[in-house]
Order: sequence, then structure tokens, then C-alpha cells
Amino acid sequence: MSTDNQGILWEVFVQPKSGKPHKHVGSLHAYDKEMAMKAARDLYTRRQEGCGIWIVKAEDVISSQSTDSEAFFDPADDKIYRHPTFYKIPDGVKHI
Amino acid sequence: MNTDLHTYCLRLGDNGLILSHRIAEYCSKGPHLEEDLAITNVGLDLLGQAESFLKYAADIKGGGLTEDDLAFRRKEHEYLCIHLTEIPNIDYAYILARQFLMDVYHFYLYKKLVTTEDPIISGIAAKAIKEVTYHLQRSTGWVIRLGHGTDESGQRIQEAFNNIWMYTDELFETDDIEKNLEKKNLGVTSSSLKKDWEGKVKEVFISAGLSIPSITKHSLGYGKYGIHTEYLGYLLAEMQHLNLLYPDAKW
Amino acid sequence: MEDPKKLEEFQEKIDADIKIEPKDWMPEKYRQSLVRQISQHAHSEVIGMQPEGNWLTRAPSLRAKKILMAKIQDEAGHGLYLYCAAETLGVSRDQFLNWLHEGIAKYSSVFNYPTLTWADIGAIGWLVDGAAIVNQVSLQGTSYGPYSRAMVRICKEESFHQRQGYEIVVTLAQGTKEQKQMVQDALNRWWWPSIMMFGPHDAESAHSNQSLKWRIKRESNDELRQRYIDKTIHQGEHLGLTFPDSNLKWNKKTNHYDFSPIDWDEFWNVVKGNGPGNRMRLVHHKKAHDDGAWVREAALAYEKKQNKNSLIA
Repeated sequence: MSTDNQGILWEVFVQPKSGKPHKHVGSLHAYDKEMAMKAARDLYTRRQEGCGIWIVKAEDVISSQSTDSEAFFDPADDKIYRHPTFYKIPDGVKHI
Repeated sequence: MNTDLHTYCLRLGDNGLILSHRIAEYCSKGPHLEEDLAITNVGLDLLGQAESFLKYAADIKGGGLTEDDLAFRRKEHEYLCIHLTEIPNIDYAYILARQFLMDVYHFYLYKKLVTTEDPIISGIAAKAIKEVTYHLQRSTGWVIRLGHGTDESGQRIQEAFNNIWMYTDELFETDDIEKNLEKKNLGVTSSSLKKDWEGKVKEVFISAGLSIPSITKHSLGYGKYGIHTEYLGYLLAEMQHLNLLYPDAKW
Repeated sequence: MEDPKKLEEFQEKIDADIKIEPKDWMPEKYRQSLVRQISQHAHSEVIGMQPEGNWLTRAPSLRAKKILMAKIQDEAGHGLYLYCAAETLGVSRDQFLNWLHEGIAKYSSVFNYPTLTWADIGAIGWLVDGAAIVNQVSLQGTSYGPYSRAMVRICKEESFHQRQGYEIVVTLAQGTKEQKQMVQDALNRWWWPSIMMFGPHDAESAHSNQSLKWRIKRESNDELRQRYIDKTIHQGEHLGLTFPDSNLKWNKKTNHYDFSPIDWDEFWNVVKGNGPGNRMRLVHHKKAHDDGAWVREAALAYEKKQNKNSLIA
């Protein structure tokens, strides 16, 4: 087991403004979470890009597989009744 | 001109100027790319603080003097930075040790300076305290990391502190200039920072498993009175190079 | 031999400008091309810190010093964005650094040239970053998602770099006689290296065609080079500077500048490792890496101890 490496890989999410969702901006290497948080601040918010940061170890991110994407995402395609535009409302009826 | 205030600003400005210069020397030599970027950030903050103090000092003196004139065209004995800032970048342990001790000092200094009645100094301090709070968190983290990391890192950081400890007494050296300014609430005496500084350093050293070196006061003269280490001359030769070589040029 | 159906589907995605993401199927050659290109781009940013860092401690004004410091910090940042993009392809940063130190990986040969005067810092910002911008703006459209996103981020930051350099050039061009000579001399030395940054003519580039087909590259080397030259000439002439090329002339028919043939001997020499700074740039990088080993080991060891403690607690 090597005693020297570049550290753990972390994914970084920055909240651009209060109330907005955090957005993935990239990754970085750091040896522990305190270092990772500071590195995220130094690397990804130098130009006032955000007011909040989340960091997650890359190995903890679980990602959907693109090979599954047909089974995973397409079935939502034909359930258009989930969208409000599917429904006919008589003219003149308001607030609905 | 308020000569006391002018001198006081030179001292604060020169500490930032020389310390940030040492950091600039380290650019691209860091142990880890993220750390290289982080240290440079600290250097940028310090340079900004230095620029603000030197500009104020220049304005106080008047006669069209600029912060660049002060930064690049004084004689060595006219710089008023303390010896601790002049210590060269022997290795990462020395860089961190020097930085940590200065960060603790700056933290308590700016915390007090925010409340002075001089609006420019309190303004500089209000911005600087945010920067230095971060610097101190950073360097504290690393001192602890190195203290407890490996046997080698523990030895190296302890040795670095041992070797530069003799320069820390100058942090609290106080003269009439400082006392006069403090009386008028325009400045802060360095001696008033000692208790907090010692408390914080002790706290971090305990967390890091390090021991406080026994203080060796050095008495050959202090940087804040214009008497420097052998290192400053070389540093200034490099820093002032273009201004000396082309005295009439504007950059 | 890869499944032809998969290859076909992959090409359809590319042709439809759908981004390829890390978990998607991709041809092995596509993956390898990107591993090489992105990591070498990252190395270039980091090695580039050296020629610029060379004048940081001699920056002649506080403004110039802080701007240059921020710029070099950005280069480190760009290196980081790119290493992280490259790592999504399944190769660790440790491996990339090993390849760099072993001399297997390349980086932009322009950074093997020395910065001999303060004017060189201006020339680098103006010309080298100017060329990089032309290349990177085009690369924003690259097919690989993480690389494309890194390019978008980098492009936002890069235009400050070019302005920083040009500001220095303007100051010198409008300064004393010696300053004017200094900046003209810098332009004389950096012009051709900046043009060579776009690589060989497409006909002679081994990777070009496949790279364009897979939209790793969106435009050819020669197209990008011409765009850079066309943009830059007036910026120098406006300041009374001359470019070191007697054949440089605006062609009314093509609406482009004509220019002299490039000295490819010098180009290949530098690419192969015999440029003026090649060895010492790597020596510097390797030394920093080796000197820092004990620090990284300490950070690693400390993290392990923390984890152990939290498991017990």
C-alpha cells in the first residue's frame, strides 16, 4: 500500500445563490474532508461563484448507467398524463 | 504629517509585502497542486493588505509618493518588516511554521484594529480579518496534520518551529510610536497581543503534539527599527531589480 | 475488435452532437486519445507556471505582481480542472504524474522557451494565452462531456490572462526607449513559438483526422492557426510593433494574412525534448514533487489515523 499519493478524489457542488440548487462544478484531490472543503473554496469560488459548497468522495457517488438508460428513463416518455398540458379545460374556467 | 501613523503603516505594510514575497517565491514548488493554489491565495491576500497599508503610508507622507515608490525604492534599512517574515523558504515545514505564527499574530492584530478610530486602518482591518481568519484555519490544520502525520513530519515541523522561535519575541516589541497611537485609539501595541497569541499557539501545539520551544530573545536589533537579517538584502535585490535598473521607467 | 454496431451508435451520437459521458461506452482509441490529450493539456498548464513564475518575484509594481500571482494561480486551477476531467477516464492523477516524470507524457512545447525579460511576461499573456484562447474556445464544443465543461470554465478565466499580458505590452510599447526595445525583442522571440502551438499542418498530423471525426477536435490546426494570426496582427501594429516575418501580408482575395512557412525542424526538436527548457522544466517539477513527498505522506497518514479513531469512537 503506497504511503504517497495524490489523495482522495472528491466531487464538488457549489450553490450559486441562496435558494438555488447546488451544481456540480468539478473535482479535486485532498487528503481529508477539511482540506477538501478548503480546496473546493480556493479552486471553485475564487470569482464569487457561490455561497455554499458540498463535497462528496467520488467513490460515494452512485451513478445511473447509460446502458440502462432505456429501461430507466424511457418509460417516463409515454406517461404524458403527468404533464398539465395533457388535459383539456373548458374555455372560461379559471384558476386551474 | 503624522509620522507615527506613517511609520506604523509602513511596519504593517512591510510585513505583508515581505511575507507575500516569500510565498511568491514558492509558486510552482508546492507539494501538491491544490496546496500550491491555496498558498498562493494566502499570498495574494497578504499582498492586498500590504498594498493598502503602503498606499495609506504614502498618502500620509504626501508629495506624490506612491505605494510602488515605497514598495520598490527604499533602502534596506528603511523597510520595517520583522525578521520572522524574512526567514527563507527552507522547506515546507519552515514555510508553514512561519506562516502559522504570523497568522495567529495577524488574527489578533486585525481583530483589535477593526475598532480603531482611524477609518482607513479599521477599513483595511475589516477586510483583512476575514482573510486572516481563513489563513489561520488553514495553517492550524496543517500544523496539526504535520504534527501527528508521520514521525518524519512531526520532527520536521518541530525543528522548524525550534529554529525560528527566536524571532517571535519581535512580534511583541513595542515602542513609543505604538503607545502613542494606542492612546489615541489609532493603532494597537504589539505587546497587547502577546497573551492571546501565546494562548492560541499553545492550544494548537497541544492539538498537534508539539512542544513550545524555550524562547531565546535575540537582541541585535529589530526589523521594525530597520535592522534586518542577512536575507532581506537578497530578497530586495530581486524584488527591486527592474526599478533599480530602469529608474525612469513606469511599469 | 470492437462491436461494429456499438461503433456505429457511438458515431451517431457524435454526429448528433450528443456529449459522451464517463460511464458511456466508447471506442478504446477514443478513450486513449482523450487520456493523452486532456492530461497533456493539464501538464501544459502546470509547467506553464514556471516560465511565468520566473518573473513573479521581480514584478515591478504591486499591481503587476498581484495580477501575475492571480494568473499563475489560475494556471494551477486550470491544470486541476483538466487532471480531474482526465481522471474520469479511469486513470489516476498519480499515474499522469508518473508518465510526466518518466518523459512519456508531453506538454505544450511553448513552455520550454525561457522568459528572459519582463516583456516576455507580457508576450506570454498576449500571444501564448491568445493562441490558447482560440484553441480552447473551439474545444468548448469537444464531444467528451467533462473535457467540454472544463474548457467552458477555463475560457471564462482565460480572457483576463490575455488582457493582463497585453496591458504589460501596451505599457512597455508606450514607455522608455529601452522598454520599447524590450517588448519588440520579446515579440521577436515569442511569435513563432505561439504559432507553433497549433501543432503541425493537418496533413502531417497523425491524430488529426480521427480526432475530427470523433469531434474531439472541432476544427483543424491550420484553421485555428489562421484565426489566431488574423486576430493578433493589428494588436501589435496598433502599438508600433513589427512581427518577425517579412512575408506577413494581408491577402485581399482570401481575407486572411499570408505568412512565411514555419520552421518545423525547430518545432519537432522542441516536441522531442530538445527545446531550450525541456529538461530543466521537468527537473523543477520532479524536484517539487520529490521534496513534497514527506508532506503528502504526512497528510495521508493523518487521515488514516482520523478514520481509525472515528471507527473506534
